[in-house]
Amino acid sequence: MPVKQLTVFLENKAGRLAEVAKILKDKNINLQGFSTTEARDYGILRLVVSDTELARQSLKEAGFTTHIADAICVKVEDKPGELFKVLDVLAKEGINIDYIYVIAGTRLVLSVQDIQKAEEILKKNNVLLC
Amino acid sequence: MAENSKDNKFWDPEITTASRDKIISIQIENLKKTLKHCYENNNFYKKRIDDAGLNPDKIKDLSDIEKLPFTSKDELRENYPFGLFCTPLSKVVRVHSSSGTTGNPTVVGYTKEDLEIWADALARIMYDVGVREDDIVQVSHGFGMFTGGFGFQYAAERIGALVIPISGGNTERQLKIMTDFKSTVLCCTPSYTLYMAEIAEKIGIDFSKLHLKFGFLGAEPWTEPMRAEIEKKLCMNALNSYGLSEVIGPGVSCECLVKDGLHINEDHFLPEIIDPKTGKTLPHNQQGELVFTSLSKKAFPVIRYRTKDISYLYLDDCSCGKKLIKMAPPMGRTDDMLIIRGVNVFPSQIEEVLMQIKDLEPHYLIVLTRENYLDKIEVWVEVSEKIFHEKLMDLEFFEKSIEDKLYSAIGIHIKVSLKEPRTIARSEGKAQRVWDRREKI
Repeated sequence: MPVKQLTVFLENKAGRLAEVAKILKDKNINLQGFSTTEARDYGILRLVVSDTELARQSLKEAGFTTHIADAICVKVEDKPGELFKVLDVLAKEGINIDYIYVIAGTRLVLSVQDIQKAEEILKKNNVLLC
Repeated sequence: MAENSKDNKFWDPEITTASRDKIISIQIENLKKTLKHCYENNNFYKKRIDDAGLNPDKIKDLSDIEKLPFTSKDELRENYPFGLFCTPLSKVVRVHSSSGTTGNPTVVGYTKEDLEIWADALARIMYDVGVREDDIVQVSHGFGMFTGGFGFQYAAERIGALVIPISGGNTERQLKIMTDFKSTVLCCTPSYTLYMAEIAEKIGIDFSKLHLKFGFLGAEPWTEPMRAEIEKKLCMNALNSYGLSEVIGPGVSCECLVKDGLHINEDHFLPEIIDPKTGKTLPHNQQGELVFTSLSKKAFPVIRYRTKDISYLYLDDCSCGKKLIKMAPPMGRTDDMLIIRGVNVFPSQIEEVLMQIKDLEPHYLIVLTRENYLDKIEVWVEVSEKIFHEKLMDLEFFEKSIEDKLYSAIGIHIKVSLKEPRTIARSEGKAQRVWDRREKI
Protein backbone atom coordinates (compact mmCIF):
# COMPACT_ATOMS: atom_id res chain seq x y z
CA MET A 1 0.00 0.00 0.00
CA PRO A 2 1.54 3.29 -1.05
CA VAL A 3 1.66 6.07 1.51
CA LYS A 4 -0.18 9.37 0.95
CA GLN A 5 2.26 12.19 0.73
CA LEU A 6 1.20 15.84 0.92
CA THR A 7 3.08 18.24 -1.34
CA VAL A 8 3.08 22.00 -0.78
CA PHE A 9 4.30 24.78 -3.06
CA LEU A 10 6.37 27.28 -1.08
CA GLU A 11 7.88 30.54 -2.17
CA ASN A 12 11.42 31.05 -0.97
CA LYS A 13 10.75 33.51 1.78
CA ALA A 14 11.36 33.66 5.47
CA GLY A 15 8.70 32.12 7.64
CA ARG A 16 6.75 30.11 5.06
CA LEU A 17 7.85 26.73 6.38
CA ALA A 18 7.20 27.94 9.94
CA GLU A 19 3.69 28.88 8.80
CA VAL A 20 3.07 25.30 7.62
CA ALA A 21 4.45 23.88 10.84
CA LYS A 22 2.20 26.15 12.86
CA ILE A 23 -0.92 25.10 10.99
CA LEU A 24 -0.09 21.43 11.61
CA LYS A 25 0.54 22.13 15.28
CA ASP A 26 -2.72 24.08 15.66
CA LYS A 27 -4.67 21.22 14.11
CA ASN A 28 -2.81 18.70 16.25
CA ILE A 29 -1.54 16.89 13.18
CA ASN A 30 1.57 14.78 13.75
CA LEU A 31 4.39 15.23 11.31
CA GLN A 32 6.09 11.93 10.63
CA GLY A 33 8.66 13.28 8.26
CA PHE A 34 9.30 15.71 5.45
CA SER A 35 11.71 16.84 2.81
CA THR A 36 12.24 20.05 0.87
CA THR A 37 13.48 20.63 -2.65
CA GLU A 38 14.45 24.05 -3.84
CA ALA A 39 14.39 25.74 -7.22
CA ARG A 40 15.16 29.38 -8.09
CA ASP A 41 12.48 31.23 -6.18
CA TYR A 42 10.43 28.49 -4.68
CA GLY A 43 10.55 25.05 -3.28
CA ILE A 44 8.45 21.98 -2.79
CA LEU A 45 7.72 20.63 0.63
CA ARG A 46 6.75 17.00 0.94
CA LEU A 47 5.10 15.84 4.12
CA VAL A 48 3.95 12.58 5.62
CA VAL A 49 1.44 13.36 8.36
CA SER A 50 -1.04 11.62 10.62
CA ASP A 51 -4.07 13.08 8.81
CA THR A 52 -3.32 13.95 5.21
CA GLU A 53 -6.81 15.19 4.29
CA LEU A 54 -7.13 17.46 7.31
CA ALA A 55 -3.64 18.81 6.73
CA ARG A 56 -4.44 19.54 3.11
CA GLN A 57 -7.72 21.24 3.90
CA SER A 58 -6.11 23.40 6.58
CA LEU A 59 -3.22 24.43 4.34
CA LYS A 60 -5.57 25.19 1.46
CA GLU A 61 -7.67 27.41 3.66
CA ALA A 62 -4.52 29.30 4.60
CA GLY A 63 -3.86 29.89 0.91
CA PHE A 64 -1.27 27.24 0.08
CA THR A 65 -1.24 25.29 -3.14
CA THR A 66 -1.17 21.60 -2.33
CA HIS A 67 -1.23 18.23 -3.99
CA ILE A 68 -1.53 14.68 -2.71
CA ALA A 69 0.63 12.03 -4.30
CA ASP A 70 1.31 8.38 -3.66
CA ALA A 71 4.76 7.21 -2.65
CA ILE A 72 6.29 3.98 -1.50
CA CYS A 73 7.12 3.61 2.16
CA VAL A 74 9.51 0.94 3.39
CA LYS A 75 10.68 0.01 6.87
CA VAL A 76 14.42 -0.35 7.38
CA GLU A 77 16.55 -1.18 10.39
CA ASP A 78 18.71 1.48 12.03
CA LYS A 79 21.97 -0.20 11.01
CA PRO A 80 24.63 -0.02 8.27
CA GLY A 81 23.74 -1.24 4.75
CA GLU A 82 19.97 -0.86 5.00
CA LEU A 83 19.67 1.91 2.41
CA PHE A 84 21.90 0.02 0.01
CA LYS A 85 19.75 -3.07 0.30
CA VAL A 86 16.66 -1.23 -0.91
CA LEU A 87 18.41 0.78 -3.61
CA ASP A 88 20.24 -2.24 -4.96
CA VAL A 89 17.04 -4.21 -5.43
CA LEU A 90 15.49 -1.42 -7.45
CA ALA A 91 18.63 -0.59 -9.41
CA LYS A 92 18.98 -4.20 -10.55
CA GLU A 93 15.49 -4.03 -11.98
CA GLY A 94 16.28 -0.74 -13.71
CA ILE A 95 13.90 1.30 -11.61
CA ASN A 96 14.81 4.95 -11.25
CA ILE A 97 14.04 6.79 -8.02
CA ASP A 98 12.80 10.33 -8.49
CA TYR A 99 13.41 11.27 -4.88
CA ILE A 100 13.77 9.62 -1.51
CA TYR A 101 13.76 10.75 2.10
CA VAL A 102 13.69 9.38 5.61
CA ILE A 103 10.78 9.73 8.01
CA ALA A 104 10.35 8.80 11.67
CA GLY A 105 10.66 5.14 12.67
CA THR A 106 13.51 4.60 10.19
CA ARG A 107 11.23 4.45 7.21
CA LEU A 108 12.08 5.52 3.70
CA VAL A 109 9.64 7.35 1.45
CA LEU A 110 10.49 7.04 -2.21
CA SER A 111 8.91 8.03 -5.47
CA VAL A 112 9.17 6.07 -8.70
CA GLN A 113 7.29 6.06 -11.97
CA ASP A 114 5.53 2.73 -11.49
CA ILE A 115 4.74 2.35 -7.82
CA GLN A 116 2.94 -0.98 -8.10
CA LYS A 117 5.76 -2.62 -9.99
CA ALA A 118 8.39 -1.31 -7.59
CA GLU A 119 6.38 -2.50 -4.59
CA GLU A 120 6.14 -5.99 -6.02
CA ILE A 121 9.86 -6.12 -6.59
CA LEU A 122 10.58 -4.90 -3.09
CA LYS A 123 8.19 -7.45 -1.59
CA LYS A 124 9.78 -10.27 -3.54
CA ASN A 125 13.15 -9.22 -2.15
CA ASN A 126 11.88 -9.21 1.43
CA VAL A 127 11.87 -5.48 1.92
CA LEU A 128 9.26 -4.56 4.49
CA LEU A 129 6.62 -2.22 3.09
CA CYS A 130 4.58 -0.10 5.48
CA MET B 1 -33.21 66.52 -23.61
CA ALA B 2 -31.20 65.69 -26.71
CA GLU B 3 -33.29 64.35 -29.53
CA ASN B 4 -32.76 60.99 -31.10
CA SER B 5 -34.36 58.98 -33.84
CA LYS B 6 -34.77 55.79 -31.82
CA ASP B 7 -36.20 52.67 -33.45
CA ASN B 8 -36.35 49.06 -32.26
CA LYS B 9 -32.78 48.36 -33.14
CA PHE B 10 -30.85 51.62 -32.90
CA TRP B 11 -30.93 54.52 -30.51
CA ASP B 12 -30.08 57.07 -33.14
CA PRO B 13 -30.06 55.44 -36.60
CA GLU B 14 -30.03 58.81 -38.36
CA ILE B 15 -26.50 59.22 -37.07
CA THR B 16 -25.18 55.73 -36.54
CA THR B 17 -26.23 54.39 -39.92
CA ALA B 18 -25.66 57.61 -41.84
CA SER B 19 -23.54 57.70 -44.98
CA ARG B 20 -19.93 58.82 -44.76
CA ASP B 21 -20.77 62.06 -46.56
CA LYS B 22 -23.49 62.89 -44.10
CA ILE B 23 -21.24 62.15 -41.10
CA ILE B 24 -18.49 64.32 -42.51
CA SER B 25 -20.83 67.22 -43.16
CA ILE B 26 -22.13 66.94 -39.58
CA GLN B 27 -18.56 66.85 -38.32
CA ILE B 28 -17.52 69.92 -40.29
CA GLU B 29 -20.57 71.84 -39.11
CA ASN B 30 -19.95 70.87 -35.48
CA LEU B 31 -16.23 71.54 -35.74
CA LYS B 32 -16.91 75.08 -36.94
CA LYS B 33 -19.31 75.66 -34.06
CA THR B 34 -16.92 74.22 -31.49
CA LEU B 35 -13.88 76.17 -32.69
CA LYS B 36 -15.92 79.33 -32.80
CA HIS B 37 -17.18 78.67 -29.28
CA CYS B 38 -13.62 78.09 -28.04
CA TYR B 39 -12.37 81.17 -29.89
CA GLU B 40 -14.97 83.43 -28.38
CA ASN B 41 -14.81 82.12 -24.84
CA ASN B 42 -11.25 81.16 -23.99
CA ASN B 43 -8.05 83.14 -24.46
CA PHE B 44 -5.83 80.07 -24.60
CA TYR B 45 -7.78 78.73 -27.59
CA LYS B 46 -8.26 82.18 -29.15
CA LYS B 47 -4.50 82.62 -29.29
CA ARG B 48 -4.01 79.16 -30.74
CA ILE B 49 -6.59 79.63 -33.44
CA ASP B 50 -5.18 83.08 -34.30
CA ASP B 51 -1.62 81.76 -34.37
CA ALA B 52 -2.71 79.04 -36.78
CA GLY B 53 -4.32 81.69 -38.98
CA LEU B 54 -7.59 79.80 -38.88
CA ASN B 55 -11.01 81.33 -39.21
CA PRO B 56 -13.55 78.92 -37.66
CA ASP B 57 -16.24 80.15 -40.03
CA LYS B 58 -14.17 79.30 -43.05
CA ILE B 59 -13.40 75.69 -42.27
CA LYS B 60 -14.15 73.62 -45.35
CA ASP B 61 -12.45 70.37 -44.65
CA LEU B 62 -11.79 68.29 -41.56
CA SER B 63 -8.09 68.31 -42.41
CA ASP B 64 -8.04 72.05 -41.63
CA ILE B 65 -7.78 70.97 -38.03
CA GLU B 66 -4.23 69.80 -38.69
CA LYS B 67 -3.18 73.45 -38.70
CA LEU B 68 -3.91 73.59 -34.98
CA PRO B 69 -1.41 72.34 -32.41
CA PHE B 70 -2.19 69.41 -30.12
CA THR B 71 -3.39 69.82 -26.57
CA SER B 72 -1.46 67.73 -24.09
CA LYS B 73 -2.32 66.52 -20.63
CA ASP B 74 0.43 68.79 -19.30
CA GLU B 75 -1.34 71.79 -20.79
CA LEU B 76 -4.52 70.76 -19.04
CA ARG B 77 -2.53 70.63 -15.80
CA GLU B 78 -0.92 73.99 -16.42
CA ASN B 79 -4.37 75.50 -16.70
CA TYR B 80 -5.55 73.90 -13.48
CA PRO B 81 -8.26 74.09 -12.37
CA PHE B 82 -10.64 75.93 -14.72
CA GLY B 83 -8.34 77.67 -17.19
CA LEU B 84 -9.54 75.75 -20.24
CA PHE B 85 -13.24 75.98 -19.50
CA CYS B 86 -15.12 77.69 -22.31
CA THR B 87 -18.27 78.68 -20.45
CA PRO B 88 -18.62 80.79 -17.30
CA LEU B 89 -18.60 78.68 -14.13
CA SER B 90 -22.22 79.69 -13.58
CA LYS B 91 -23.12 77.49 -16.58
CA VAL B 92 -21.01 74.57 -15.37
CA VAL B 93 -22.99 72.11 -13.28
CA ARG B 94 -20.41 69.38 -12.75
CA VAL B 95 -16.72 68.76 -12.61
CA HIS B 96 -14.85 65.48 -12.83
CA SER B 97 -11.17 64.92 -12.46
CA SER B 98 -8.53 62.40 -13.31
CA SER B 99 -6.21 61.20 -10.59
CA GLY B 100 -3.29 63.53 -10.10
CA THR B 101 -0.50 61.14 -9.31
CA THR B 102 2.02 63.59 -10.72
CA GLY B 103 1.33 67.25 -10.09
CA ASN B 104 -2.11 68.79 -10.50
CA PRO B 105 -5.03 66.62 -11.48
CA THR B 106 -6.83 67.43 -14.72
CA VAL B 107 -10.25 68.95 -14.16
CA VAL B 108 -13.05 68.70 -16.67
CA GLY B 109 -16.40 70.47 -16.58
CA TYR B 110 -19.90 69.86 -17.95
CA THR B 111 -22.86 72.13 -18.58
CA LYS B 112 -26.35 70.70 -18.23
CA GLU B 113 -26.39 70.11 -21.97
CA ASP B 114 -22.98 68.45 -21.82
CA LEU B 115 -24.34 65.96 -19.30
CA GLU B 116 -27.22 65.27 -21.68
CA ILE B 117 -24.80 64.69 -24.51
CA TRP B 118 -22.77 62.35 -22.33
CA ALA B 119 -25.84 60.35 -21.27
CA ASP B 120 -27.04 60.18 -24.83
CA ALA B 121 -23.73 59.13 -26.35
CA LEU B 122 -23.35 56.22 -23.94
CA ALA B 123 -27.05 55.33 -24.04
CA ARG B 124 -26.68 54.98 -27.79
CA ILE B 125 -23.88 52.46 -27.30
CA MET B 126 -25.76 50.44 -24.69
CA TYR B 127 -29.11 50.51 -26.50
CA ASP B 128 -27.59 49.42 -29.79
CA VAL B 129 -26.01 46.43 -28.08
CA GLY B 130 -29.40 45.47 -26.67
CA VAL B 131 -29.81 47.17 -23.29
CA ARG B 132 -33.48 48.04 -22.76
CA GLU B 133 -35.86 49.30 -20.06
CA ASP B 134 -36.15 45.91 -18.44
CA ASP B 135 -32.42 45.54 -17.93
CA ILE B 136 -30.76 45.81 -14.55
CA VAL B 137 -27.46 47.59 -14.77
CA GLN B 138 -24.90 47.03 -12.04
CA VAL B 139 -22.46 49.93 -12.14
CA SER B 140 -19.35 48.70 -10.36
CA HIS B 141 -17.17 51.53 -11.59
CA GLY B 142 -16.25 54.04 -8.92
CA PHE B 143 -18.55 57.00 -8.36
CA GLY B 144 -16.89 60.26 -7.44
CA MET B 145 -14.38 62.29 -9.38
CA PHE B 146 -13.88 59.35 -11.75
CA THR B 147 -16.30 59.49 -14.69
CA GLY B 148 -16.95 55.74 -14.94
CA GLY B 149 -19.73 55.42 -12.39
CA PHE B 150 -21.81 58.45 -13.29
CA GLY B 151 -21.48 57.94 -17.04
CA PHE B 152 -23.06 54.50 -16.95
CA GLN B 153 -25.68 55.58 -14.44
CA TYR B 154 -26.87 58.43 -16.69
CA ALA B 155 -26.84 56.33 -19.82
CA ALA B 156 -28.73 53.42 -18.30
CA GLU B 157 -31.29 55.75 -16.76
CA ARG B 158 -31.65 57.54 -20.08
CA ILE B 159 -32.63 54.19 -21.62
CA GLY B 160 -34.95 53.60 -18.70
CA ALA B 161 -33.09 50.62 -17.31
CA LEU B 162 -32.76 50.02 -13.59
CA VAL B 163 -29.44 51.20 -12.18
CA ILE B 164 -27.63 49.65 -9.23
CA PRO B 165 -25.03 52.31 -8.33
CA ILE B 166 -23.01 49.92 -6.20
CA SER B 167 -19.65 51.49 -7.12
CA GLY B 168 -16.40 49.52 -6.84
CA GLY B 169 -15.16 47.25 -4.09
CA ASN B 170 -16.71 44.88 -1.55
CA THR B 171 -16.75 42.02 -3.98
CA GLU B 172 -18.83 39.58 -1.95
CA ARG B 173 -21.55 42.21 -1.70
CA GLN B 174 -21.29 42.83 -5.44
CA LEU B 175 -21.94 39.15 -6.03
CA LYS B 176 -24.80 38.95 -3.58
CA ILE B 177 -26.53 41.96 -5.19
CA MET B 178 -25.82 40.56 -8.64
CA THR B 179 -27.49 37.28 -7.61
CA ASP B 180 -30.42 38.71 -5.67
CA PHE B 181 -31.27 41.63 -7.97
CA LYS B 182 -30.65 39.52 -11.10
CA SER B 183 -28.30 42.06 -12.72
CA THR B 184 -28.19 41.72 -16.49
CA VAL B 185 -25.51 44.29 -17.29
CA LEU B 186 -22.20 44.84 -15.55
CA CYS B 187 -20.03 47.94 -15.91
CA CYS B 188 -16.51 47.85 -14.47
CA THR B 189 -12.90 47.22 -15.41
CA PRO B 190 -12.04 43.92 -17.12
CA SER B 191 -9.58 43.01 -14.39
CA TYR B 192 -12.26 43.45 -11.75
CA THR B 193 -14.54 40.92 -13.46
CA LEU B 194 -11.84 38.28 -13.05
CA TYR B 195 -11.47 39.10 -9.40
CA MET B 196 -15.26 38.76 -9.07
CA ALA B 197 -14.99 35.37 -10.76
CA GLU B 198 -12.34 34.27 -8.30
CA ILE B 199 -14.39 35.29 -5.27
CA ALA B 200 -17.53 33.77 -6.79
CA GLU B 201 -15.77 30.44 -7.14
CA LYS B 202 -14.57 30.65 -3.56
CA ILE B 203 -18.01 31.34 -2.11
CA GLY B 204 -19.80 28.99 -4.49
CA ILE B 205 -21.61 31.35 -6.88
CA ASP B 206 -22.10 29.96 -10.38
CA PHE B 207 -22.30 32.65 -13.07
CA SER B 208 -24.09 30.31 -15.44
CA LYS B 209 -27.05 30.49 -13.03
CA LEU B 210 -26.98 34.31 -12.89
CA HIS B 211 -28.50 36.66 -15.45
CA LEU B 212 -25.63 38.70 -16.88
CA LYS B 213 -25.89 39.40 -20.61
CA PHE B 214 -23.48 42.23 -21.28
CA GLY B 215 -20.39 43.59 -19.61
CA PHE B 216 -19.25 47.06 -20.63
CA LEU B 217 -15.65 46.85 -19.59
CA GLY B 218 -13.07 49.54 -19.86
CA ALA B 219 -10.68 52.02 -18.25
CA GLU B 220 -7.67 49.77 -18.94
CA PRO B 221 -6.24 47.97 -21.96
CA TRP B 222 -7.12 44.29 -22.30
CA THR B 223 -6.69 41.57 -24.84
CA GLU B 224 -8.70 39.08 -26.87
CA PRO B 225 -7.64 36.04 -24.78
CA MET B 226 -8.67 37.95 -21.67
CA ARG B 227 -12.09 38.51 -23.23
CA ALA B 228 -12.38 34.77 -23.83
CA GLU B 229 -11.51 34.12 -20.18
CA ILE B 230 -14.04 36.69 -18.92
CA GLU B 231 -16.82 35.43 -21.20
CA LYS B 232 -16.18 31.86 -20.11
CA LYS B 233 -16.11 32.71 -16.43
CA LEU B 234 -18.91 35.28 -16.22
CA CYS B 235 -21.15 33.84 -18.96
CA MET B 236 -21.78 37.19 -20.65
CA ASN B 237 -20.73 39.19 -23.69
CA ALA B 238 -17.64 41.13 -22.63
CA LEU B 239 -17.48 44.37 -24.61
CA ASN B 240 -14.62 46.81 -24.76
CA SER B 241 -15.82 50.25 -23.74
CA TYR B 242 -13.56 53.24 -24.21
CA GLY B 243 -13.63 56.72 -22.82
CA LEU B 244 -11.59 59.25 -20.92
CA SER B 245 -12.63 62.12 -18.73
CA GLU B 246 -10.82 64.72 -20.84
CA VAL B 247 -13.00 63.79 -23.81
CA ILE B 248 -16.22 63.05 -21.85
CA GLY B 249 -15.87 59.81 -19.88
CA PRO B 250 -17.25 56.44 -21.00
CA GLY B 251 -19.27 56.85 -24.19
CA VAL B 252 -16.53 57.84 -26.60
CA SER B 253 -16.54 54.44 -28.28
CA CYS B 254 -17.47 50.83 -27.62
CA GLU B 255 -17.66 47.49 -29.31
CA CYS B 256 -20.90 46.20 -30.73
CA LEU B 257 -21.76 42.51 -30.44
CA VAL B 258 -19.63 41.79 -33.50
CA LYS B 259 -16.66 42.46 -31.18
CA ASP B 260 -14.41 43.66 -33.93
CA GLY B 261 -13.36 47.21 -33.18
CA LEU B 262 -15.00 50.00 -31.20
CA HIS B 263 -17.51 52.24 -32.99
CA ILE B 264 -16.66 55.85 -32.21
CA ASN B 265 -19.44 58.35 -31.56
CA GLU B 266 -17.81 60.50 -34.17
CA ASP B 267 -20.56 63.08 -34.39
CA HIS B 268 -19.45 64.14 -30.89
CA PHE B 269 -15.78 63.24 -30.91
CA LEU B 270 -13.59 63.67 -33.94
CA PRO B 271 -10.80 61.08 -33.94
CA GLU B 272 -7.37 61.29 -35.50
CA ILE B 273 -4.38 58.98 -35.35
CA ILE B 274 -0.97 60.60 -35.25
CA ASP B 275 2.61 59.49 -35.17
CA PRO B 276 3.47 60.13 -31.51
CA LYS B 277 7.03 61.12 -32.44
CA THR B 278 6.48 63.46 -35.39
CA GLY B 279 2.90 64.53 -34.75
CA LYS B 280 2.04 63.74 -38.35
CA THR B 281 -1.52 62.61 -39.04
CA LEU B 282 -1.62 58.97 -40.12
CA PRO B 283 -4.02 57.34 -42.58
CA HIS B 284 -6.59 54.74 -41.61
CA ASN B 285 -5.29 51.31 -40.59
CA GLN B 286 -2.00 52.73 -39.41
CA GLN B 287 -1.22 52.46 -35.75
CA GLY B 288 -0.40 55.53 -33.72
CA GLU B 289 -1.65 57.76 -30.93
CA LEU B 290 -5.35 58.57 -30.71
CA VAL B 291 -6.25 62.25 -30.72
CA PHE B 292 -9.74 63.63 -30.13
CA THR B 293 -11.43 66.94 -30.82
CA SER B 294 -14.77 67.73 -29.20
CA LEU B 295 -17.59 68.44 -31.59
CA SER B 296 -20.45 69.16 -29.23
CA LYS B 297 -19.34 69.79 -25.63
CA LYS B 298 -19.46 73.35 -24.35
CA ALA B 299 -17.94 73.65 -20.87
CA PHE B 300 -14.75 71.77 -21.58
CA PRO B 301 -14.19 71.10 -25.24
CA VAL B 302 -10.77 69.78 -26.22
CA ILE B 303 -8.98 70.52 -29.46
CA ARG B 304 -6.70 67.79 -30.75
CA TYR B 305 -6.27 66.24 -27.33
CA ARG B 306 -3.51 63.64 -27.22
CA THR B 307 -4.88 60.61 -25.37
CA LYS B 308 -1.59 58.67 -25.31
CA ASP B 309 -3.67 55.60 -26.21
CA ILE B 310 -2.35 53.52 -29.06
CA SER B 311 -4.82 52.34 -31.68
CA TYR B 312 -5.75 52.73 -35.32
CA LEU B 313 -8.87 53.83 -37.14
CA TYR B 314 -10.73 51.94 -39.84
CA LEU B 315 -13.99 51.81 -41.70
CA ASP B 316 -15.60 48.49 -42.40
CA ASP B 317 -18.97 47.20 -43.35
CA CYS B 318 -19.87 46.13 -39.83
CA SER B 319 -22.54 43.46 -39.74
CA CYS B 320 -24.19 45.18 -36.77
CA GLY B 321 -25.44 47.79 -39.23
CA LYS B 322 -23.71 50.79 -37.70
CA LYS B 323 -21.53 52.77 -40.03
CA LEU B 324 -19.58 54.78 -37.49
CA ILE B 325 -15.82 54.68 -37.84
CA LYS B 326 -14.01 52.12 -35.71
CA MET B 327 -10.94 52.21 -33.53
CA ALA B 328 -8.99 49.07 -32.71
CA PRO B 329 -8.96 48.18 -28.99
CA PRO B 330 -6.20 50.33 -27.51
CA MET B 331 -3.16 48.10 -27.05
CA GLY B 332 -1.68 50.34 -24.40
CA ARG B 333 -0.54 53.85 -23.75
CA THR B 334 2.49 55.57 -25.13
CA ASP B 335 3.72 55.96 -21.56
CA ASP B 336 3.00 52.32 -20.65
CA MET B 337 5.42 51.13 -23.25
CA LEU B 338 8.37 49.38 -21.67
CA ILE B 339 11.68 49.59 -23.41
CA ILE B 340 13.64 46.54 -22.41
CA ARG B 341 17.13 46.38 -23.85
CA GLY B 342 15.96 48.37 -26.82
CA VAL B 343 12.85 46.33 -27.51
CA ASN B 344 9.46 47.99 -27.13
CA VAL B 345 7.11 45.89 -25.07
CA PHE B 346 3.53 46.61 -24.11
CA PRO B 347 2.09 44.89 -21.05
CA SER B 348 -0.83 43.83 -23.25
CA GLN B 349 1.52 41.73 -25.40
CA ILE B 350 2.61 39.82 -22.32
CA GLU B 351 -0.99 39.44 -21.23
CA GLU B 352 -1.94 38.03 -24.60
CA VAL B 353 0.59 35.24 -24.23
CA LEU B 354 -0.24 34.47 -20.60
CA MET B 355 -3.99 34.31 -21.16
CA GLN B 356 -3.55 31.60 -23.75
CA ILE B 357 -1.77 29.26 -21.39
CA LYS B 358 -4.06 26.54 -20.17
CA ASP B 359 -4.80 26.47 -16.47
CA LEU B 360 -2.82 29.59 -15.71
CA GLU B 361 -4.68 31.93 -13.37
CA PRO B 362 -5.55 35.25 -15.06
CA HIS B 363 -3.53 37.33 -12.63
CA TYR B 364 -0.04 38.55 -13.36
CA LEU B 365 2.46 41.24 -12.50
CA ILE B 366 5.30 42.51 -14.64
CA VAL B 367 8.29 43.36 -12.49
CA LEU B 368 11.13 45.50 -13.76
CA THR B 369 14.49 45.45 -12.04
CA ARG B 370 17.98 46.52 -12.87
CA GLU B 371 20.99 44.32 -12.45
CA ASN B 372 24.51 45.43 -13.40
CA TYR B 373 23.03 48.41 -15.25
CA LEU B 374 20.86 46.15 -17.37
CA ASP B 375 17.10 46.21 -17.29
CA LYS B 376 15.51 42.93 -16.37
CA ILE B 377 11.93 42.00 -16.86
CA GLU B 378 10.17 39.31 -14.95
CA VAL B 379 6.59 38.13 -14.92
CA TRP B 380 4.99 36.83 -11.78
CA VAL B 381 2.22 34.29 -12.12
CA GLU B 382 0.48 32.19 -9.52
CA VAL B 383 0.65 28.46 -8.98
CA SER B 384 -2.83 27.00 -8.70
CA GLU B 385 -3.64 23.40 -7.94
CA LYS B 386 -4.42 22.91 -11.61
CA ILE B 387 -0.78 23.24 -12.53
CA PHE B 388 0.83 22.03 -9.32
CA HIS B 389 1.79 18.43 -9.25
CA GLU B 390 4.34 17.09 -6.96
CA LYS B 391 7.41 17.17 -9.17
CA LEU B 392 9.74 20.11 -9.15
CA MET B 393 10.66 19.48 -12.74
CA ASP B 394 7.02 19.86 -13.78
CA LEU B 395 7.02 23.36 -12.36
CA GLU B 396 10.34 24.19 -13.94
CA PHE B 397 9.07 22.85 -17.23
CA PHE B 398 5.94 24.95 -16.86
CA GLU B 399 8.00 28.10 -16.20
CA LYS B 400 10.24 27.34 -19.10
CA SER B 401 7.34 26.72 -21.47
CA ILE B 402 5.85 30.14 -20.62
CA GLU B 403 9.26 31.76 -21.04
CA ASP B 404 9.59 30.15 -24.47
CA LYS B 405 6.14 31.34 -25.54
CA LEU B 406 6.91 34.89 -24.39
CA TYR B 407 10.20 34.80 -26.25
CA SER B 408 8.67 33.67 -29.49
CA ALA B 409 5.89 36.29 -29.26
CA ILE B 410 7.91 39.26 -28.05
CA GLY B 411 11.52 38.50 -28.85
CA ILE B 412 13.10 39.06 -25.47
CA HIS B 413 13.79 36.78 -22.57
CA ILE B 414 11.30 37.37 -19.82
CA LYS B 415 11.85 35.38 -16.68
CA VAL B 416 8.74 33.73 -15.30
CA SER B 417 8.47 33.48 -11.57
CA LEU B 418 5.92 31.25 -9.88
CA LYS B 419 4.23 32.66 -6.82
CA GLU B 420 1.89 31.32 -4.19
CA PRO B 421 -1.84 31.86 -4.76
CA ARG B 422 -3.22 35.35 -4.09
CA THR B 423 0.19 36.93 -3.69
CA ILE B 424 -0.48 39.13 -6.73
CA ALA B 425 -2.71 42.04 -5.77
CA ARG B 426 -6.26 41.87 -7.15
CA SER B 427 -7.82 44.93 -8.62
CA GLU B 428 -11.23 46.39 -7.91
CA GLY B 429 -10.56 49.19 -10.35
CA LYS B 430 -7.73 49.76 -12.77
CA ALA B 431 -5.27 46.92 -12.48
CA GLN B 432 -1.65 47.72 -11.73
CA ARG B 433 0.17 45.42 -14.13
CA VAL B 434 3.68 46.78 -13.87
CA TRP B 435 5.89 47.16 -10.83
CA ASP B 436 8.95 49.18 -11.67
CA ARG B 437 11.67 48.48 -9.14
CA ARG B 438 14.52 49.97 -11.16
CA GLU B 439 16.22 52.56 -9.06
CA LYS B 440 15.68 56.01 -10.48
CA ILE B 441 18.96 57.27 -11.83
